[in-house]
Amino acid sequence: MGFYWAFGTVLILLAITAPAALVFGFGGAMAARSKILPLRWFGKSYISIVRGVPDIVFFLFFVIALDQGFEWLRHQYLCPDWDQPIRQGNDFVVCQAAKLPQGNAPQWVHEVYGFFTAVLTFAIVFGAFAANVLYGAMNAVPKAQIETAHAYGMTAAQTFRRVTVPQMWVYALPGLSNLWMVLIKATPLLFLLGVEDIVYWARELGGTKTPRFTDYPHGDWRLWYFLALLVFYLAFTKVSEVVLERVMKRLTHGQATLGGSQ
Amino acid sequence: MSCWDTVQAYAFRSLGYGERLLPRDDFTICQQMTLIGSGLIWNIYFGVLALIAGFFLANALAMAKASANPWLRKPANGFILVFRGSPLFIQFFLAYFLFLNLKQSTGGFAWLTSAWAGALVVLFLNTAAYSAEILYGALRSVPKGEVEAADAYGMAGWTRFRRVVWPTMLRLAWPAYTNEAIFLFHATTLVFFSGFPAFQQKGDALYYASYFADKTFNPFIPYPIVAVYFIILTLALIGVFGLVNKYLNRHLPQEQRRKLRFRPQIIR
Repeated sequence: MGFYWAFGTVLILLAITAPAALVFGFGGAMAARSKILPLRWFGKSYISIVRGVPDIVFFLFFVIALDQGFEWLRHQYLCPDWDQPIRQGNDFVVCQAAKLPQGNAPQWVHEVYGFFTAVLTFAIVFGAFAANVLYGAMNAVPKAQIETAHAYGMTAAQTFRRVTVPQMWVYALPGLSNLWMVLIKATPLLFLLGVEDIVYWARELGGTKTPRFTDYPHGDWRLWYFLALLVFYLAFTKVSEVVLERVMKRLTHGQATLGGSQ
Repeated sequence: MSCWDTVQAYAFRSLGYGERLLPRDDFTICQQMTLIGSGLIWNIYFGVLALIAGFFLANALAMAKASANPWLRKPANGFILVFRGSPLFIQFFLAYFLFLNLKQSTGGFAWLTSAWAGALVVLFLNTAAYSAEILYGALRSVPKGEVEAADAYGMAGWTRFRRVVWPTMLRLAWPAYTNEAIFLFHATTLVFFSGFPAFQQKGDALYYASYFADKTFNPFIPYPIVAVYFIILTLALIGVFGLVNKYLNRHLPQEQRRKLRFRPQIIR
C-alpha cells in the first residue's frame, strides 16, 4: 500500500512546492529589481548562487541546515540560560525543549516534519529558478506600457501592481512551464531527503523477498518497479506538456506577440 | 599530521591510491578540502567522457530526427523523448538494476554494474538526448540563404552539409550547448546516490561531502566546499567553451559575435 500512497506524496509535494516556489521566485525577482542596493544584492546573489551549484548539493545541505536553523532559533528563544556551546565536537546539541520534532512526538509528526523541510528545500531551490524567469519576464514588459502608466500619474507600486504583474505572465510562461517539467523530474530526489517516496518503496518492495519474511516471495523485481516509475514520469511530463501548450494558447490570445496575433 | 601530509595521503583517495582509511574524527578543513577535491576527479571524468562521446551521438540523433525517413526519425524521436522526459535519477536506478540482471543472467557484463562504466553509459545516453534536441533546434534555424548559396555554388549532399550546414548549426547551437555541458557536470553528482555503489569508498565530490556532513552533523563546511569547487569547474568550462565559440564565430565581423553568457536554465 505504501507504494501507492507514495505516488500521492509526490503529487502533494508538487502541488505545495509549485506555488511556494512561485512565491519565493516572486520575492527574489522583486528583490533583484529593488532600488535598495543591499536588497538588490541579496536578490541577485540568491539567484546566481543557487543556479551555479548542482541542485542536489542544495537538497542535501538545506535539509540539515534548515533543521539545525529551526532548532537553533527555538533554542535561543526557549532556553536563554543555556551556557554550553551548541557545537560540541561532532555533535549539535540544543536543549531538550528546543528539539524539533519533540522526542516523544508520534511517528506521523516526524514524517510530516521531514516532508515539510523537504518542501521548503524544494521551494528555496526552485524559487531561485523561478526568480530568474520572473525577473526576465518583468523586464520584458514593453517599456511604453510602463511609461504610459507613469504618464497617468501612477506611483511605482501602482505601476508594478496594475501594469507589470498582469502582463508579465505571458513572458514568464514558457520559462515557468520548463521549470514545471524540471520540478517533476526533480521529485525522485525526495528519496535523498529521507522522505518515503516512490523511489524508496520501489527499492523496498522490489528487493528479493524470501518466504521467511513475507507471504509473497519473489526474486529481484527492482528493475520492473523502476521501469514502472520511468513510465509514470514519462506519462506525467507528456500530459503536462499538452496541458501547458493549451494554457499558453489561451494566455497569448489577443496579446501583441507573434503567438497572439495568429 | 600537517596539511601537506594530508594532501599526500588523500589527494588520489578517490582512485584508490594513498591512505586506505578515511579520517574518522577530528576532521580538519584541510582533510575535507583534499578529499572532496579528490572526489572531483570522478566528476570531471564522467563529465568529460560523456560530453565527448555524447557529442557524436547527438549529431547522429539530430540528423536522424531531421531526416525524412520515418525509420530513422521515429526511433530518434522516441529515444529523445524517453531520456528527456524522465528523471536522470530514475534512469540511473533503472540502468543499475538492468545491468545487475544482465550480469546475473548472462554471467558477463560485470564491469557495467560498477559506477565508472555503468553510470558513464547512462550519462552518455542522457546528454546525447538533450544535446540532440539542441542541435536539432539549431539545424532547423540554419538560414535558408546559406543553403541556397551552397546550392548555387554547386555543392550538394555531403559536401554541402560538411561545409555549410553543419558549421552554421554548431555555431547557432553553441550557447545552448554550453549550458547543457554545465548541467551535465552538475548531474554527475547524482551517480553515487543512485544505486551505483562506491566501491571501497571511492566516490565523487558530493559523496565525500555527505560523508563529512553525516559524521560531523555540520553541513556548513563540506557543502560550501563542494559549491566552491563546482563554481570553479563551471567557470573553467565556460572559459573552454568560450574559446570554441570564438573559433566558431571567427569569420563574423567583431560586433556580430555573440559573447557566451552563463545562462543556466535547465536541470534534470
